[in-house]
Amino acid sequence: MSEIALPKIDSSILNRKSEIVKKLSKLTNIENVLSEADELRPYETDALSVYTQTPLAVVLPENTEEVSEILKYCHSENIKVVPRGAGTGLSGGALPLQDAILLGLGKFNKILEIDYENKCVVTQPGVTNLGITHAVQHKGFYYAPDPSSQLACSIGGNVAENSGGVHSLKYGTTTNNILGVQMVMMDGTICRFGGKSFDQEGYDLMGLICGSEGLLGVVTEVTVKILKTPEVVRAALIGFPSIKEGGDAASEIISSGIVPAGMEIMDKALIEATDNFSKAGYPRDAELLLIVELDGTESEVNELIKKVEVICKKNNCSSLKLSNSEKERLSFWAGRKAAFPACGAMAPDYYCMDGSIPRGKLAEALLEIKKLSEKYELPVANCFHAGDGNLHPLIMFDGNDKEQLRKTEEFGSEILKTCVRLGGVITGEHGVGIEKRELMCEMFNDNDIQQQLSIKKSLDEKNLLNPGKVYPILRKCAEEGRVHVHKNKDKFPDLPRF
Amino acid sequence: MSTKIKINSQIFQDSNNIYYPKDESEVSDLIRELYKQDSPTEIIGNNSKSFIGNKTQSANTTSLSKISGIIDYRPEELYIKVKACTPINEIEQVLSENNQELAFEPIDFGYIKEGKSNKGTIAGYLSCNYAGSRRFKVGSVRDHVLGFKGVNGKGDIIKSGGTVVKNVTGYDLSKLIAGSFGTLVALTEIILKVLPKKDSSKTVIIYPSNFEQIYDFFNKLSSSSSEISGAVFVPEQSKDKDFVTKKNSVFKFNDLKSNISFIAFRVEGDKISIEEKINNLKKELKLSNSDISTLDVYQSEPFWKKVNNLEIFEKTEHNLIRMVIPPANGSKLCKHLENNHNYFVDWCGSLFWIEVNSKKEEKIKDLKKMAKDFGGYLTVIKTSSEYDYGEAIFTVDKVRLMISEKVKQSFDPKRILNPGKMYRGV
Repeated sequence: MSEIALPKIDSSILNRKSEIVKKLSKLTNIENVLSEADELRPYETDALSVYTQTPLAVVLPENTEEVSEILKYCHSENIKVVPRGAGTGLSGGALPLQDAILLGLGKFNKILEIDYENKCVVTQPGVTNLGITHAVQHKGFYYAPDPSSQLACSIGGNVAENSGGVHSLKYGTTTNNILGVQMVMMDGTICRFGGKSFDQEGYDLMGLICGSEGLLGVVTEVTVKILKTPEVVRAALIGFPSIKEGGDAASEIISSGIVPAGMEIMDKALIEATDNFSKAGYPRDAELLLIVELDGTESEVNELIKKVEVICKKNNCSSLKLSNSEKERLSFWAGRKAAFPACGAMAPDYYCMDGSIPRGKLAEALLEIKKLSEKYELPVANCFHAGDGNLHPLIMFDGNDKEQLRKTEEFGSEILKTCVRLGGVITGEHGVGIEKRELMCEMFNDNDIQQQLSIKKSLDEKNLLNPGKVYPILRKCAEEGRVHVHKNKDKFPDLPRF
Repeated sequence: MSTKIKINSQIFQDSNNIYYPKDESEVSDLIRELYKQDSPTEIIGNNSKSFIGNKTQSANTTSLSKISGIIDYRPEELYIKVKACTPINEIEQVLSENNQELAFEPIDFGYIKEGKSNKGTIAGYLSCNYAGSRRFKVGSVRDHVLGFKGVNGKGDIIKSGGTVVKNVTGYDLSKLIAGSFGTLVALTEIILKVLPKKDSSKTVIIYPSNFEQIYDFFNKLSSSSSEISGAVFVPEQSKDKDFVTKKNSVFKFNDLKSNISFIAFRVEGDKISIEEKINNLKKELKLSNSDISTLDVYQSEPFWKKVNNLEIFEKTEHNLIRMVIPPANGSKLCKHLENNHNYFVDWCGSLFWIEVNSKKEEKIKDLKKMAKDFGGYLTVIKTSSEYDYGEAIFTVDKVRLMISEKVKQSFDPKRILNPGKMYRGV
């Protein structure tokens, strides 16, 4: 396990464990409270499995009133609480603390209402992202944000992280696709922000909660917008002889007025890795591969795909394939979706970074990463959500070699700092959690961070809800900021990661 | 209310004692000084929307109108960074030169205020968070703000967000600032997401026979894969002659019969796909050519401008209400409003603009109760001269008010910025 600074452990809480467990057992069904070592083990980490902590106890309430009673009790007794959805987060946002209750929302797994007339679904937070789409797709509807872990990640976790996906440029992230939340504050107060109508007036408290990484409240119900499935979806798979030409084509597609549903870029290292791994049939001679997906009505999509073709040819593409069937479209994505496991097959370990950069800075960023790769003597492969500027470099290394691990950490940190220097940010979609906590000062000055901390204080005065996450506790910019996967043992190996 | 105090600074003051800081650091200096002296200030931009909200309880007025100008516009990155009080017109013009736009379609409140265009500034617009007809498709103003800089109630310059679409670094304060009516920060810089303009548009007019049919059409329109980008219902209201006259003069188009109730929906895109979508929608709504008329692009564009300018309520002297509800309850509300109040419905059945011609506020109270029962809310956007603020002009419940007070406290502990503009105590 890697070392990370966590809030000071309150030994008086540890000493009161049996009393606390007893009280919790009165606030919910006794079977919903876990406190034995073997019961706690599955909850020791989230998908950032390099860090583990054993929680004081795990409690799995069944309804909002129970959540409220538990939080009220913890608030009055000064017991820390770490909320957890499905535990698929990549930044350690649900990492337990030894003196904290881990509040799991796994039993909140029901869809409460499907309302086609108002185009929304009211759901409990433990329902998976894809579960919502599955519930409405027979009527031709879907829920738009599609994080790669959508098969397993919960909608409550999506709200906490403001999760995105490959279609963020056109359809937005979670914050743009929810209408309301019910939330319990640390003192047990139950509140409702929004509902089934658009844009609640007054302070947009739902907007504040979305992406707050479980620091401000525990979401117990979510109302999401559903959209009608597009009539036609087609994709183009385009190879380029250089990074610059491919990057320029992606920029030109956007500036020509096309808003693709998805647009992905892979560099040569990743093209080879994924093609070896998944036999996707990618053009192996290309230096850069671009996947562009367009949706809409038939003539709209055909018109747009023609424009994309013209732009790519103008930028000297070396190959260009257009999907003519749903099967073919999915085959274009097959390699891209296997990017993470493909890297896992090439080295004992890999770190996945998650920065955002302006689209036009791609060539510059990749060149810089290449230089860093040579400097640190570590191979790297890059994928890029070109639609929304989200860059995921995958650094390959051997975690058993302590020197390599140190170098990887430095390398990763330098990449994120490069993202900030180029006008981007340190996390596009994985969240800050504990992983990028100390890099917050790369982006924010003291005033900015103090303002955010004073919001936290105003809603959770005792700092009991998910402490130690998001905001620096070391007060220095440490060398952190990556997802570590050892021997391809991702905690969720079956989830496509992109 | 605190008394007026002398500010030790070089910040320009006009003959009405309004402060005009010229840049971010002057805004910071001024607010820091006001903070020290416990002296609240009203924050204004170009004054185009200052009539919305309560009168602030403050001795000073600070105009941010000099904080204006485009800082950085990157069409290929789909963002524009501007100083906070850059006029909307200036932003729209520069975007238009690059065939881009603010997709949320800013409403021009100048018409209801003084009968002529006055879109005001982007800071004012963000502070109200009132999006136009395209909202149900593209999101509100808050969905198009990528980041901001501003000065909190202690005088500290703070920022949040950035220029990239995907950004989950820290709390998303841009959302909180949207619709906060200047009560949390004095904005100095705003970064907006911009989108390409559609090649063309057409508007189809249907003449429905009853309220159930209106909402049946709205439901089918919002359930179609052939996306529309605007849908309004304008009722006949034959009993109010003045309204009928106004309606006929505002919506005077060759291909529109404005004297009877009508639904108008807009389809945007390239010319071929517009035709394809309209044909699909005609089938889905079971419409024949004899049931409808079509406004070509030359009529369609001005039509939606008039809708978004609220021209039908131009210079209204009555109370003007903005009510948002889930669309499934819309036909019930239409029935209640029929021949009681003048109104029209936007956002494909969700947004009601209602003119309440009454000196007594009882009717607003009734409407607010109805809005809450229907799962929505209302705001009194413009008050008549007799309005005595007995009924709050915003809708808020106890818990949200309590949390709003806490949030306000975290930005502005001494309530220096626009105190009371939204709620008493905030």
